[in-house]
Amino acid sequence: MNITKYAAPVVFYPLAGKLIPWFAWATAITLAVGLIMGLFIAPTDYQQGESYRIMFIHVPSAWMSMLVYVVMATAGAVALAWKTRLSEMLATACAPVGASFTLIALITGSIWGKPMWGTYWVWDARLTSELVLLFLYLGFMALQASIDDPRRAARAAAILALVGVINIPIIHFSVEWWNTLHQPASVSKISAPSIHPSMLWPLLINAAGFHLFFATAVLIRMRTEVLIRERHKSWIADIIGTKP
Amino acid sequence: MDNKEPQTGLFSVARALFVRDIRLAARRSTDVLNPLVFFVIVISLFPLGVGPEPNQLQLMAPGVIWVAALLATMISLDRLFSHDYETGSLEQIVLAPQPLTLIIFAKIAAHWTLTGLPLVILMPLVAMQMNMTGEMIYISFLTLIIGTPILSLIGAIGAALTIGLRGGGVLVSLLVLPLYTPVLIFGAGAISASAQGFSPDAHLSLLGALLALSLTFAPFAAAAAVRVSLD
Repeated sequence: MNITKYAAPVVFYPLAGKLIPWFAWATAITLAVGLIMGLFIAPTDYQQGESYRIMFIHVPSAWMSMLVYVVMATAGAVALAWKTRLSEMLATACAPVGASFTLIALITGSIWGKPMWGTYWVWDARLTSELVLLFLYLGFMALQASIDDPRRAARAAAILALVGVINIPIIHFSVEWWNTLHQPASVSKISAPSIHPSMLWPLLINAAGFHLFFATAVLIRMRTEVLIRERHKSWIADIIGTKP
Repeated sequence: MDNKEPQTGLFSVARALFVRDIRLAARRSTDVLNPLVFFVIVISLFPLGVGPEPNQLQLMAPGVIWVAALLATMISLDRLFSHDYETGSLEQIVLAPQPLTLIIFAKIAAHWTLTGLPLVILMPLVAMQMNMTGEMIYISFLTLIIGTPILSLIGAIGAALTIGLRGGGVLVSLLVLPLYTPVLIFGAGAISASAQGFSPDAHLSLLGALLALSLTFAPFAAAAAVRVSLD
């Protein structure tokens, strides 16, 4: 089977339309299960009390904020190398979603920080690198918004995303050596995570829900992007039912 | 007849472009001087804002000098490509048979010679305003001489991406300043470390590593960005 045929917007558009409801329902169910387990069933933390429960939103969005940037940069690299329109649209669609995840991670983190550290904001390494990540997303979107030709915009933004993706680890380690207060990651050790299963499961289910949400949101945004970019093509007119 | 062969070797072209950029800048010297004046003014504003207490100024000096250097470099980035773009010479440069990466590298080198190097030379003057000790000034000199080329190299990518865009000046700061954070951290960190009696070697080594990395990759990225912008 030749999967590259799905890269053609004319094939992708109806396929994405069929997939979106499935992803949307899977997102709704997974998030419902994960949030109920996390917010009501998981035991109270002996040290942090109830306020730790914001973790079930905070940690998956922080994971997603980085994953989305990598997806965006990869799509950008593919777009630069093969000049494929669909990967340009994927990179474009990723940016606002990723920026939102980053913002959610920052806001939930600062709400969590108030009871735990006694302050909404500290210049800790992870907070700072997450903030810089938000700036990188904003720069990506600003660059794309200020170029009128969508193809040039996508390629310029792709170069920026690639430069950013090389810089993210450097920024991360530089601020880590600069200042550290944030607790170390608890789930990075797959074999023996330092988190109890009763809390780990809701977290992982929520993380799965966030991934599904990302897929749903990106597919919707990509379909919109297809409509905007291909609006002068005849197949779009056939779909919408207006003859140009 | 002295029918001299035109100089088309890689390095003679790069050298010619470097000399050309320096000469052009010399003819429009305010373009070169403005970022330097900006650097001095920004640093002079800090004592007025936070008070003239010498110890406090000394504590803040590394960060202030480095932030001012970042901003001064940033406002000078516009000069890198925009003039060539407006006159059309950038298109001719892109059409040249020599690799664009090398040509862009020559332009970046000229930019550093006109912006980074004068900042390094000017720094001791403002460092004394900020009550820095001789040792601190020496370390500042080292960090700036390693760090300012990184600012020009990374900045060139941002400048190339925003060629010919409306509001390019503000946009370039959005693109470039987040990428400057590691340079700021290690640059100011080295000076602060030495002021507190620690060795600045680790910070300086990391700055050197960043310089090696950006020397390797930034000209390629900037050349690709120039191509995209001129499409």
